[in-house]
Amino acid sequence: MTGNLTLAIVAAVLIASGVYLLTERSLTRILVGVLVMSNGVNILFLIASGPSGSPPLIDLFAGDEMADPLPQAMVLTAIVITMAVSAFVVTLAYRSFQLHGNDEVSDDIEDRRIRELAERDDVSDSFEDIRFSDTGEDRVSE
Amino acid sequence: MNNLLTIPVLLPMLGAALTLILGRRPRAQRVVSIIVLSLVVAAAGMLAWQAETDGVQSLWVGAWPDGFGIALVADRLSAIMLTVAGLVTLAVLVFSAGQEEDEVRKETPVSIFHPTFLLMCAGVSNAFLAGDLFNLFVGFEILLFASYVLLTMGGTGSRVRAGSIYVVVNLLSSSMFLMALATTYAAVGTVNLAQISQRIPDLPEGTQGVIQFMLLTVFAIKAAVFPLSAWLPDSYPTAPAPVTAVFAGLLTKVGVYAILRTQTLIFPHRPLTELLLVIALLTMVVGIFGAIAQADIKRLLSFTLVSHIGYMMMGIGLASIEGLAGTIYYTAHHITIQATLFLVAGLIQRVGGSSNLDRLSGLLTTSPLLAVLFIVPGMNLAGIPPFSGFIGKLGLLNAGVAANTWLAWALVATSVVTSLLTLYAIAKVWNRAFWGTPVSFTVEDEGEDLVHPGRPMPGVMVGATCALIAFSLLLTFVAGPFYAYTHNAAEALLDGAYVAAVLDGEVP
Repeated sequence: MTGNLTLAIVAAVLIASGVYLLTERSLTRILVGVLVMSNGVNILFLIASGPSGSPPLIDLFAGDEMADPLPQAMVLTAIVITMAVSAFVVTLAYRSFQLHGNDEVSDDIEDRRIRELAERDDVSDSFEDIRFSDTGEDRVSE
Repeated sequence: MNNLLTIPVLLPMLGAALTLILGRRPRAQRVVSIIVLSLVVAAAGMLAWQAETDGVQSLWVGAWPDGFGIALVADRLSAIMLTVAGLVTLAVLVFSAGQEEDEVRKETPVSIFHPTFLLMCAGVSNAFLAGDLFNLFVGFEILLFASYVLLTMGGTGSRVRAGSIYVVVNLLSSSMFLMALATTYAAVGTVNLAQISQRIPDLPEGTQGVIQFMLLTVFAIKAAVFPLSAWLPDSYPTAPAPVTAVFAGLLTKVGVYAILRTQTLIFPHRPLTELLLVIALLTMVVGIFGAIAQADIKRLLSFTLVSHIGYMMMGIGLASIEGLAGTIYYTAHHITIQATLFLVAGLIQRVGGSSNLDRLSGLLTTSPLLAVLFIVPGMNLAGIPPFSGFIGKLGLLNAGVAANTWLAWALVATSVVTSLLTLYAIAKVWNRAFWGTPVSFTVEDEGEDLVHPGRPMPGVMVGATCALIAFSLLLTFVAGPFYAYTHNAAEALLDGAYVAAVLDGEVP
């Protein structure tokens, strides 16, 4: 099977740009990244289906002239899934905008806390520094 | 031909439609969901029986000529996974039925919990039964979409943040899955697993490697194998207890199942033993050190989840029958026990008002029942004899010793240490949350991480948790026959019965 170089380059550029956009913090940019990348992936399926040919209609065209219909069915499924994903990401971005006034994904609070503790060279809250007693009075408080 | 194979996929989908219509009648919704999931368990049990007595069951859906339609296949491995998954989802659903009305309204504002939950079950079943790489992808997408909705349910700030991370990571892995599918189709001209496994040895080494590494990366992200595990502890803990329980128990294991299936069916001649063993070792160590550093029970449990995925990878890496049997047994055990622990974390949150260890104390005095519910699965997770965790680990250790390479020995040592460190993490929760004097809270203390302490535990929730614990104890009591079953399952993975059953002996 020979591949189509132009399609391969287009797919590579689309996927690379998509991945770059996915690394952004803003959900809207991530959404654009998802759309660009999924188009790149769909083009990969076009390459996989081989050279173009006549429509795959039995009795109307000879079998060896037909284009391979299976990758097209797969691309169709992929497009539908991308549509649903886009709708969901837009909803997330809108909800985030409603709550915080922006659509940026923030760091995990717990991660940030542990990192700050490490920078201060301090022990974490979960460090076992409890002197057991029946009263529990000398339990280290925060 | 066996039409029973469609039941675990179709029935939850129909149930989802029905519960969506019954959106305003929560009671009817619960009844429908519980009936549907019970039937799925029954069907899965039947399949497990048939896979044992009549061999691998397969069905070409839609009566297309063989080789053109979509195949559903159930061998022993799929049947075990389906049965355990069905039982755990059923128990979690019963648990969630115990929430009071006001809580339901807060946690799940519109009654979408049941339809979404059932759709997720359909996706999980579809992934376990798929005999086709593209159908596996569709199964993953169904369960992922349902999980996006379940994770962000209620749309609070923390859940939207956690959900964003989860969605983006899974989008990336799904796109990679599609790239792997396109590559596979271009290389072998089919996406049927059995046909791929026949054609792949003829490909050049490089092409095989590309396909294998792409699939491995995709499934490793889903299974949360280190270095691709960072998303998991960030996204799981914020969801409601039943959701986290079923995610932690099931969703990562679907990834493990996919790795197990592709490695044994498509690439039995390329086991990648060294790479997988090193990854397994790192997963165990990094996961458990992460767990020890946590102060929140749900986050701690999420990290132990990552760590114990390492045990399953160990068996897959060894690629011997003993190793695979150990992995299958360990996966069944771990689905049950991890879901149980997250349900117990939900109960701790009800009784103590928080899942943060700095806020909890003296639960042993407040609720001795809760203490028992925690310590039994906790010890089981750490692998204390005679619980099922011990038997699973013993099987894996035996396989490691039998392999007798320095890397296998290193893994044997690491898994013992990891198991001790798991015990340490569990003991930490026990000491800080259950021992000591009960703390009394006033209304002013209530904040983000402390909501309504001292709520009672409804009998339904306790009952569901007890049922899961009983099931995990059952895995110990029937360990002999069940381990023999997993051993047969592992043997069948490597002897080509799958391909023969799907393609009926002839190659189309």
